[in-house]
Amino acid sequence: MNSLPLLVTALLAAPRHLLAEEQFNFPPPEFSRPYVFPDTPTPAPRPEWLGVADVVVLAVALALAAYFGLRTRSRRHLVVLTGFSLLYFGFYKKGCVCAVGAVQNVAMALGPEQYALPLVVGLFFILPLVFALFWGRAFCSSVCPLGAVQELVLLRPLKVPVWLNSALALLPALYLGLGVLFAAAGSTFIICRYDPFVQVFRFGGGTLMVFIGIAVILLSVVVGRPYCRYACPYGFLLGLLSPFSREKVRITTGDCINCHLCADACPYGAIQPPTPAPQYLPRAAERKRLGLLIALLPVLVIVGGGLVRLASPLLARADYRVRLAAQVWQEEQGKLTDPTDETEAFAKRGVPTSDAYVAALQVHRRYATGSWFLGGWLGLVLGLRLVSGSVRRHRSIYQINQSACVVCGRCYHYCPLDRQRGLSLTDAPQEDQS
Amino acid sequence: MADEPGKLTRRELIARGVRGAGLLCAAGGLGALVTRGQAENLVWQIDPKKCIACGKCATECVLNPSAVKCVHEHEICGYCELCFGYYVDQRLDDQETAENRRCPTDAIRRAPVEDPYYQYIIEEDKCIGCALCVEGCQQFGNGSLIMQVRHDRCLNCNQCAIASACPADAFRRVPASDPYLLRLKKQGNA
Repeated sequence: MNSLPLLVTALLAAPRHLLAEEQFNFPPPEFSRPYVFPDTPTPAPRPEWLGVADVVVLAVALALAAYFGLRTRSRRHLVVLTGFSLLYFGFYKKGCVCAVGAVQNVAMALGPEQYALPLVVGLFFILPLVFALFWGRAFCSSVCPLGAVQELVLLRPLKVPVWLNSALALLPALYLGLGVLFAAAGSTFIICRYDPFVQVFRFGGGTLMVFIGIAVILLSVVVGRPYCRYACPYGFLLGLLSPFSREKVRITTGDCINCHLCADACPYGAIQPPTPAPQYLPRAAERKRLGLLIALLPVLVIVGGGLVRLASPLLARADYRVRLAAQVWQEEQGKLTDPTDETEAFAKRGVPTSDAYVAALQVHRRYATGSWFLGGWLGLVLGLRLVSGSVRRHRSIYQINQSACVVCGRCYHYCPLDRQRGLSLTDAPQEDQS
Repeated sequence: MADEPGKLTRRELIARGVRGAGLLCAAGGLGALVTRGQAENLVWQIDPKKCIACGKCATECVLNPSAVKCVHEHEICGYCELCFGYYVDQRLDDQETAENRRCPTDAIRRAPVEDPYYQYIIEEDKCIGCALCVEGCQQFGNGSLIMQVRHDRCLNCNQCAIASACPADAFRRVPASDPYLLRLKKQGNA
């Protein structure tokens, strides 16, 4: 019981005790009169319930996008919703947190970093994917602020040649793979760092990225959604799921008469023309080729993994710890005479240089494993692309490539059948009566 | 191609399988998130023990002026008459004139408390986060002037632009409920 006074004294002396573990150059003052220390300002962050409110807004926007895109088939409503998303998720929320970047949070949470995925970020990642399983790319359609920027500036869409379009459409798989690798290793979030539009939402940022942002927006005036189609890693994921969605986008509510007006209207190359009558090649030859390509899949995965594994030391340089270790080593070897800010900060920490090497080695190991996955993923995507390209599917009418369709609603009021039946007359612009 | 009503095509069967699996994954992921219990929002903060006052906070932030400002932990301050955060190393004379002061925006207010102690208060709306005062206080003083991300200003970017540029690896994500990394942790007030 006589330890109680001791405990009280210890508690009272707690701040001084905490101070004692650090060395101070000057003793704290002893004022003769009572003195109240001024407060250190510590304003609170945005309250968490606002984050939950963002999730609710996201869910409602997704539901509306699905409803306007698939049920009422109204481009006008979709455009209004796109404008709202641009204002809310773009300019009000300043583009953070978004589903596109959340891919990396999920990757980091699954990786070796001790990172607990916040619930709000997790929901931003999951919700659009769940919607894609049932109602296609509702998120891309009019919820994503990055898509909204490009959608609203598209004035004179040019047709991208089919071969170029399908080649460039593989880039998002690469970007996704790199983004996941860098995030899982705990290095950096490249998808956020090189987001071309976030500078627009914030009216500022790094010079290079502002320049790139303006360039991409200018490009978006003539090329439909270049970022969504040729870069967006999250759009790639949504495109994987949307072909399996329960309700699919249909060009017309009637029977297609193959007038090709819808394909002309689609700026994203998502409407595929009918194929010429199939010439029956010997089926055995076709089957043999397909079998060969499928057998090639594991080879591509392994070769891809091995190739990227060779490049893993290069990839690891994206990590701060690896760059630091290289500088510390150079300094130890006397090759670096002036200490950099990095080595200075490291020296200030007062830990042995071997710590830097151990940390870097650990990161290198992560990349050694991760690069196999990245290469395997790239090999798999390429292989599946070859397989799907070799399967000849016959189309007798114009059909939507569900994977590429972002449900912009342009084709709806171009369909003469629907127009004739007055189904989407309310949404059609009045001037083109031809 | 011919979809007879009521008949399940192979393609639809696969689609149903994918949807079911997708829903299961989503539910599982969500369940893992909720049950882990620490799925709290995170915000960026500077560890003052790692910070080297390089000045990048003033220039790298997506905001202008930066969301990072200098804050003063008065409990650690030595209340020095000759404050190294306030004055430059080599003063021209004994005056408090601008060329003798570190702060480029005149954001530090100096006032006598009692002989020989002076208190230094940061006028936060003037501070641009250049860390010049922090550098002086770190080198020669008690280190009571520190850089902190001000959460009334920070946009909480998913990838903090300053964190990417920080040479000291001083930025890290901290729980939003305890968003400051002061050198002296205060007891009982968040």
